[in-house]
Amino acid sequence: MSSTLNLLVGLAMGLNLLALGSNRLPSIIRAAAVQGMVLGALPLLMEEKFHWLVALVAGGTVGIKGFVIPKLLRHALRAANMDREEGPLIGFIPSLLLGAAATIGAVAMSGALPLRPEHAGTLLVPGAFATVVSGFLLLMGRTKAISQVCGYLILENGIFLFGLLLIRTTPLIVEAGILLDLTVGVFVIGIIVDRIQKEFDTLDTRKLTSLHE
Amino acid sequence: MKEIILIAVPFVAAAAALVWPKEKTRPQLLTTTGAIHTALALWLFVDPPTVAPGAPLGFDALARAVLPAVSLLFLVCSVYGVAYLRLRSERSNRVFVAALLALLGLMSLALQAQHLGLLWVAVEGATLSTVPLLHFNRTARAVEAAWKYLLIGGTGVALSLLGSFCLGYASLHDGGGGDLTFTALTAQGPTLSRPWVLIAWVLLLTGYATKMGLAPMHTWKPDAYGEAPSIVGALLAGGMTTTAFVAVLRVRQVVAAAGAGDVTDRTLLALGLFSMVVAALFLLGTPDFKRMLAYSSVEHMGILSVGAALGGAGMWAALFHLWTNSLTKGALFLSAGNMRRAAGGSTMSEVSGMAILTPISARIFVAGMFAVTACPPFGPFFSEMRVVRAGLERGHGMAIAIFLGCLLFAFFGLTRLVFAITDGRPRKAANAPGNRFRETAGVIVPPLVLLAFSVWLGLATPTILREAWTAAVRTLVPASISQSFPTDIRRNLISTALQRGVFGDSGVETVSAVSTGYRKPFKRFSPRSSRITALKRGANKRDGKVSGPAP
Repeated sequence: MSSTLNLLVGLAMGLNLLALGSNRLPSIIRAAAVQGMVLGALPLLMEEKFHWLVALVAGGTVGIKGFVIPKLLRHALRAANMDREEGPLIGFIPSLLLGAAATIGAVAMSGALPLRPEHAGTLLVPGAFATVVSGFLLLMGRTKAISQVCGYLILENGIFLFGLLLIRTTPLIVEAGILLDLTVGVFVIGIIVDRIQKEFDTLDTRKLTSLHE
Repeated sequence: MKEIILIAVPFVAAAAALVWPKEKTRPQLLTTTGAIHTALALWLFVDPPTVAPGAPLGFDALARAVLPAVSLLFLVCSVYGVAYLRLRSERSNRVFVAALLALLGLMSLALQAQHLGLLWVAVEGATLSTVPLLHFNRTARAVEAAWKYLLIGGTGVALSLLGSFCLGYASLHDGGGGDLTFTALTAQGPTLSRPWVLIAWVLLLTGYATKMGLAPMHTWKPDAYGEAPSIVGALLAGGMTTTAFVAVLRVRQVVAAAGAGDVTDRTLLALGLFSMVVAALFLLGTPDFKRMLAYSSVEHMGILSVGAALGGAGMWAALFHLWTNSLTKGALFLSAGNMRRAAGGSTMSEVSGMAILTPISARIFVAGMFAVTACPPFGPFFSEMRVVRAGLERGHGMAIAIFLGCLLFAFFGLTRLVFAITDGRPRKAANAPGNRFRETAGVIVPPLVLLAFSVWLGLATPTILREAWTAAVRTLVPASISQSFPTDIRRNLISTALQRGVFGDSGVETVSAVSTGYRKPFKRFSPRSSRITALKRGANKRDGKVSGPAP
């Protein structure tokens, strides 16, 4: 079980670097979506017994992160008629290097932290930290609203991965609540992105500068 | 049961608002819900239920010490909201009313949450329900403000989720069951894994401090408060920030129980002072009076944070300040909304002569300005003095010097802007026909009521309220009494105090008065006899105001 788990988490970590290094917006969306689906399936793998609530949360995560949100984002892309990230604040190569450094740092750091014996051999903790940092890099370093939303999604994926450490001990109802909040959150983001497009005729957040001292 | 109804009523009303057919009568749902909610909250306040240990939800001492303030603020704002939405009848208020009610429900849930995960769900939900409120004006500026709020607030709340998981993971070590209720985590205390607790503290503090608007995570605040309708600003500055502060206090309690209390105090003190400095500097420069309120809110969050870092007496002061700040800020926001509407702008270059254009609102605004800058007889003066006293007692002279310096600069900044817009002649644009604003009772009485609350809290803080704060402090800082004194006299002191029933209502302040006497040897008196005198004095006047340290 542990090797399959590590394989999937490793795949998610690779997708981080793919999202960081790409300048095409559709591939960033795809990376975030595939990552969401891979991680969404993990709870089923980690629970020995089949439980309907686990299945519901996993199915919901895969459906929402893999299909609904990407569809929403692609729709926004088409409406804005754009395809590429332009003039990122942190360039593609530097952000790729930072992402790689974060991955190595996360592995080193989780070696120094006290882990439970069942988690010591897995990539769960380093994967979670590396994904959170990659999400942050996208959020901070990119100028297009869509890339920032993808950064937010990747950040959330990292947190979800960390949450899997607690899956046996916390009531799943909390996880269901978290999933619900995330879903609503992304819909609200989608609506605001749509408004930005209508109001400013662009999805470039550098244009949002009327509010300042 | 009542505590569940307290949460359910706003949600039911929000659902009703979504399907309510009549635009004109829909806002009445706000006042009705506000009234029911306040009545229930006061009932619970007077007759608090016992919280079952391990329950994920409950009206505990901290909720009792805070929730009625939010409830009262909502009720008063809802009265204003009815009048405001009548003025904005050109726009559908369906989503606005529903989102406001949902915000109330989620705040009630967050304030009563005894479970780390549930607390997060409620705070995140409250963040999301605020977005349509910020976006109500549909202007480009409102969209920009909503986007920044969503991105910064969303990221902050995401970090606090990561922090919650880290704290949960800390509890899995040493045979813990991973129970995420605050009572279980606090009870587990020292057995929590320290590295994970510290990581969790950093993440949770960053996340919830973003929601509070502590610098440097405050950048969403001026934009959001500047563009949102004033009723939303009032509820964010008095309700949402309160909720986030309570979340910080609950987490602090767990981290302190794990043996990292000094770390929490240091970080809260540093973050609080930094917020105050940043706010004071920006207050000196901003030309916009709605953004000014946002920076003032950052300053007051700093005060809360400083208070929370100063042990029992400071925590008591922080809870007091939470009430006075919520209600006073409400008065300022609502009167600012009236002036903004009458003037058609909110910067110094667009607005002047408001004392002529909207005489009553301008007067309330000026009075409110004196209130938030801690002038007597308003509540914030008394609560901030307590923070100062608590700081001096703990020997944080330098921090208190910075604190007072920031208050002074904030006073300069606020008076500069407030008198620039209230004095002088009205601008021509504001006098144009069709732009007239009438100061009806609906928009004048609510801020006046809030201002009256502020004075009342300052001059005659009700004993039951003091008791509620003391009870909350006792759960939040259990060691506050015993740690203040050297061991040899502690036993003596506490037994005397218990005999006199000093801890009955406002034990924290009485004991802190004693510690002042003890820690200032230059005052030349026999420490022991004067302590007892101080205790007697404290016991004698515990119903009235405590004027100062023991002679």
